[in-house]
Amino acid sequence: MDLTLTPKHRALRDEVDAFIAAHRDAAPRPGGGRKRPDRKALDWQALLLEHGYFARTIPREYGGFGAPHDVIELAIIADAFSRAGISPGIHNQGISMLVPTLLEVGTEEQKRRWIGPTIRGEVIWCQGYSEPGSGSDLAAAQTRAAVEDGHFVINGQKIWTSSAHFADMMFLLCRTEPDKSKHAGLSYLLLPMNTPGIEVRPLRTMTGRAEFNETFFTDVRVPVDQIVMGRGDGWHVANVTLKYERMLLGDPNKLQQRLEAIRRMMEQPGADGARLLDRAEWRDRLLRLQGEVIAARNHNMRLLTETAEGVDSGLGRFIVKYHGTMLGHRLASLALDVMGSTGLLYEPQGEVAEDDPATTWQIDYMYDIGLIIGGGSSNIQKNIIGERGLGLPREPKAAVPAGRN
Amino acid sequence: MRFGLTEDQGLFGRSLRGFLADRLPLDALRRLAEPGTGFDAELWRGLGELGLHGLLVPEEHGGAGLGMLDAALAAEALGYHAAPAPFAAALVMAVQAFRSAGDAEQQRQWLPRIAAGQARIGLGFAGLAGQTGRAALRLEGGRLSGALDGLMDGGDATHFLAYLPDGRAALIEAGAPGVTATLRRSVDRTRALVDLDLAGAAPVALLQSSNDPLAAARRVRDAGRVVLAADTLGAAQNMLDRAVAYANERVQFGRVIGSFQGVKYMCADMATMLEPCRAMVWYAAYAQDAVPEEAAMAASHAKAHLAEVGREVARLATEVHGGMGFTDLLGLHYQFKRITFDRQALGGPERCRHDAAVAQGWIAA
Repeated sequence: MDLTLTPKHRALRDEVDAFIAAHRDAAPRPGGGRKRPDRKALDWQALLLEHGYFARTIPREYGGFGAPHDVIELAIIADAFSRAGISPGIHNQGISMLVPTLLEVGTEEQKRRWIGPTIRGEVIWCQGYSEPGSGSDLAAAQTRAAVEDGHFVINGQKIWTSSAHFADMMFLLCRTEPDKSKHAGLSYLLLPMNTPGIEVRPLRTMTGRAEFNETFFTDVRVPVDQIVMGRGDGWHVANVTLKYERMLLGDPNKLQQRLEAIRRMMEQPGADGARLLDRAEWRDRLLRLQGEVIAARNHNMRLLTETAEGVDSGLGRFIVKYHGTMLGHRLASLALDVMGSTGLLYEPQGEVAEDDPATTWQIDYMYDIGLIIGGGSSNIQKNIIGERGLGLPREPKAAVPAGRN
Repeated sequence: MRFGLTEDQGLFGRSLRGFLADRLPLDALRRLAEPGTGFDAELWRGLGELGLHGLLVPEEHGGAGLGMLDAALAAEALGYHAAPAPFAAALVMAVQAFRSAGDAEQQRQWLPRIAAGQARIGLGFAGLAGQTGRAALRLEGGRLSGALDGLMDGGDATHFLAYLPDGRAALIEAGAPGVTATLRRSVDRTRALVDLDLAGAAPVALLQSSNDPLAAARRVRDAGRVVLAADTLGAAQNMLDRAVAYANERVQFGRVIGSFQGVKYMCADMATMLEPCRAMVWYAAYAQDAVPEEAAMAASHAKAHLAEVGREVARLATEVHGGMGFTDLLGLHYQFKRITFDRQALGGPERCRHDAAVAQGWIAA
């Protein structure tokens, strides 16, 4: 254990604090991953990239800052933005899931082409994974991609494609080798959303907003080189992406941001002039969650170190999504309770929705349930934790009733 | 720059666990726990040979000069095997007490004796840590009178270190005139509590060299909280490991029960709660030596959080074992009770979280 701040680290911390103090007015509200980044968010992103506060360790030739991997540096930066309640940059599926996937298994050409514009927030990606008939059983995907004169020709349907209505690109899991076994018949394709034959229909959720979509493919043609790894490698690539999705969904820095936001609310005097933070029953609720967030953050530091040292964290990594999404929902729950009846005001439509605290917390509180279900539901996570993490046996397969498959 | 254990620390933890696994098979543990004193001379000697007595004692005073993270790893191993051995008070808090508030002469006199295993110090912190029980000591004319309940590591102790409400600490000899020490067996038969009644007892040392005695006392309290959190981590990990092993071998309905999602999910829930605790304990321990501004908050939060997680794991792991978990036969209850003890000693989770709020300046003390 060596978390000593060297003079270089202390200088970085002072530098980030000074940066935030100087530029905080230029920052968009934290969050905002549910809409296309506006000019303010893009400018902020550019500023963060320029200073190396975003994509810090991504090589320069791919558009990153090219700094060597240093767990402490990343923690200092994340902590400074958390403490200040300032947006640490754009976090969307392209940046948090596709970019690390390409860094891990993409070709040199794919890295050079896609990583830069994606981390700048210019190219927005959506994820074509789930289908009406394959949710938790993702490898059962039936969307077909047949090869015809140098193209994949895609037919089928995806569901829960968040951001598809404003995305530029999709990473798609589809069946290219129908003769092969379930897991070996899949490929992972990259395609522009404006390709003819793609139809996006909004799917309104319990929040009253259309955060998700159904996406239909009718003879959608994609050049055969728009594939990550080879034909039949889709399940492997999809799991690389899922690994990063699960880390994103359990991100402890987001938890820390939420905790700080709630603490600030509890420090404000209420109508009776008293602060909730001064009342033991409210303070203890916040403190309980703070303890859990600290554990999640320390655990994340351990995982970052293990990653940097090439150690497979196994169990330590498998728990992150389940742990983080459940904790996130409990934080949102406390936020609603802190706001009380004024937190019931809800206007989820339009541009102002993301700027109104009551509406935003209500959306988070509901959307978190979507996050608990999506990206591999909590029960799927518990299967993974139990079977791959702890070595418990798989559930025996039950016979499928006649006429069902 | 890394968040993790060194190779030496990994080796230290493994060798200590190996030693304890060898010394404390269930029948041996049962025998040693029977008297309920929390002490066994042979085990104590063996731990001394592994360097545990002087773990935190500086090298100049005959110890190994290691840090709180090493102490936490030792506590984790002791908790894992529910070892009836003085540690948190006798070998961690007492050493930190001398180091933070003892003068040079007191350190020179006592630290080598702790490191040699000759001075086994039970320690009473009651009021300052939020323990319940009597905590009314007064020092008048160099004599100590009053009552202090719930001293840790007091079974067969050679000395007692009693904290006064102002943060100073008085070292008194067990068996000295005016000292009545009553051993109280606790639900955790691997650790006892001692109640002290003092009537004009003469201290052999008064630790008062800190210019802020209360702050010094809080640092001792925090060191204790960290090792109790680590102890719970070990005990809970033991219960989880055994629940997983049992779920992998017990057959019902023609299937290994671990293949039932109901059982598998209990195990997954335990692992999900417990795994982040490891890094939390590491950090809290490390912070005591290296991050003074976060040390108090990290210690109290770790103690509180491990208490909550420990309680859940203790219940779930017992449940996974079915009726067998409830019997005395499996001995799972030694770890269960270890967790029960750790939760209340040096303040329960509500008190610890309160202290964490104070440490962050959210509220006044």
